[in-house]
Amino acid sequence: MSEQTTSTAAPDTTTGGGADLHIVDVTKRFGSFKAVDDLTLTIPSGSFFALLGPSGCGKTTTLRMVAGLEEPSAGRIVIGTEDVTHKKPYKRPVNTVFQSYALFPHLDIFENVAFGLRRSGSKDVRNEVEAMLELVELSTYARRKPTQLSGGQQQRVAVARALINKPEVLLLDEPLGALDLKLRRQMQIELKRIQTDVGITFVHVTHDQEEAMTMADTIAVMNAGQIEQMGAPMELYENPVTTFVANFLGQSNLIKGELTGRAGGDATLQVQGQRMAMPTARVHSDRDEVWVGVRPEKMQISRAGTPVEGENSMTGVVTDASYIGVSTQYLVNLPWGQEVSIFAQNLSTEGPLSAGEDVVLHWNPAHTFALDATQDADAGAEKVEGDE
Amino acid sequence: MTITIDERREQALAALPPHREPGFWARANRWIRTHLVQFFAAFALLFMFLPVMIVVLFSFNVPAGRFNYNWNQFSTIAWTNVWQDPQITDAVKLSIEIALLSTTVSVVLGTLIAFAIGRHNFRGRGGINLLIFMPMATPEVVMGSSLLTLFVAAQLEGSLGFATITVAHIMFCISFVVVTVKARIAGLDSRLEQAAMDLYADERTTFMKITFPLVLPGIVAAALLAFSLSFDDFVITNFTSGQAVTFPMFVWGANTRGIPPEANVVGAIMFIIALVVVLLPEVVKRVRKS
Repeated sequence: MSEQTTSTAAPDTTTGGGADLHIVDVTKRFGSFKAVDDLTLTIPSGSFFALLGPSGCGKTTTLRMVAGLEEPSAGRIVIGTEDVTHKKPYKRPVNTVFQSYALFPHLDIFENVAFGLRRSGSKDVRNEVEAMLELVELSTYARRKPTQLSGGQQQRVAVARALINKPEVLLLDEPLGALDLKLRRQMQIELKRIQTDVGITFVHVTHDQEEAMTMADTIAVMNAGQIEQMGAPMELYENPVTTFVANFLGQSNLIKGELTGRAGGDATLQVQGQRMAMPTARVHSDRDEVWVGVRPEKMQISRAGTPVEGENSMTGVVTDASYIGVSTQYLVNLPWGQEVSIFAQNLSTEGPLSAGEDVVLHWNPAHTFALDATQDADAGAEKVEGDE
Repeated sequence: MTITIDERREQALAALPPHREPGFWARANRWIRTHLVQFFAAFALLFMFLPVMIVVLFSFNVPAGRFNYNWNQFSTIAWTNVWQDPQITDAVKLSIEIALLSTTVSVVLGTLIAFAIGRHNFRGRGGINLLIFMPMATPEVVMGSSLLTLFVAAQLEGSLGFATITVAHIMFCISFVVVTVKARIAGLDSRLEQAAMDLYADERTTFMKITFPLVLPGIVAAALLAFSLSFDDFVITNFTSGQAVTFPMFVWGANTRGIPPEANVVGAIMFIIALVVVLLPEVVKRVRKS
């Protein structure tokens, strides 16, 4: 291992809590399989960053390379101004909250949390550990063994054990994967609160899009070892640039169409003989053949014949209506055989439309996005709940 | 128009088929089905421990003739006299010495082998794994006679005894140690070591603080197994012992002229020691908790 301390990386913009994390041209191969493919990424200090993607997309491998548990096949990893690419895990200013926690079963909670402090030779282990256990509300459990704690409590121990070392970057590998839904929501809020309190850079790996959206300031959607799109949760959801992002983050209705003009701020479209409009800024395709995308909750559904002006619209027949209280989910068959889904709020007093009714679907042109038609319309759609 | 919940309940009950108590045979059948597993468990335990109980029981016997096969009279004389017979004392002492030494050496070597096989990928790992199993699969008679041939060929015929027995015992104990410790290592989550490294522990500290403490129960179990295998061994020992007499060999020899109850006492003592060693950690844990 060469001891590299080059400082050719971007300048350190550390402002107290945490440091910038730079991943530069990193590739990781396992045999002939490229788990991470020429990834470049900068995570600014103090941010809550989520790496989101399906199983096997390379997000966990990326995290492990930052932690030092895997060595990149190529590229560099820089924390602040320090190149850590080939450093041992114990020489890096990062700590990890492992999937399923990896608490030391033979040590009690106090010793688990104290482990890092004892290694780095802290003077005041007792007080620091007690303060940290206070923060995660586990003071009374200090002398218990990990197996005597519930899943949620173990999760908090894992966070405390990592956080107590005040790392520059805290890595979280699917930290909430083993918890049930209710506890997961609770811990999401808890983690977000802790991150705001301590101001350390959090890098959170997850396959749960809702979890990523709730917690992170910035999300990078990963697929097949590369980043598909990166940005604020709202930006990603409202304006996806690939079919993978459009399907993986929520649902999308993608309809074949053709761009007939993109002069100025407004673009025009032909969709199955119907003229439509949309902002040019939301066209993410160099070709004229596009997938015209609309989120299901952006589409409005009305009885056929309802006048719609200044909106994009198309007609169809309701094939299924599922009333789920807060909303009704419709499946609507379009004249050319495609089925789209619509989430409608139950604003009408007459109850939902029923199957077989002729309807008109309409939406604000500003909610339309256009994607390259050569991409797979189903990419990222088959989500499987589960671990990597 | 509306009906109360009570009325609804009445209606629902009326619609059900009439309730009948199960008959005697149905109940007997159910009782047998639910208790069958317990019955077999009790039977299996009895089967396992009956011989031990007989050994303990007959250690309190005063044999009527030469053979300690029939119950005659209760006495603790064998227990008080057990260390009076120099033959028994010497044999037990020799067996314990051999067992301690071969346990120590085989646990050290076996643990190192287990770590090598369990943790590292090297050429010939599969082959070594197979070779480790061989001594366990080979009949003891074959191994004992081969060892004797080896020792004779090495011109050690005159010095057969403590050293040759110990070498032989180390050889077959290693296999058991490797298998036991390896199982423990395989069950060890490698993420625990990664977590330790992530928390600033270098390789050495990770081994001392995490790996070793977690594998230790496996090593202790392996040591107990090795000790009892060595203490107990007769066949291989018989081939490699020369003039030396271990406890199992003494019992075997005594069998032709009648095993004294003192041999039962030694057997009972060994059983009690084993029981204490196995139960002690559990007792300590209970005491500490309360």
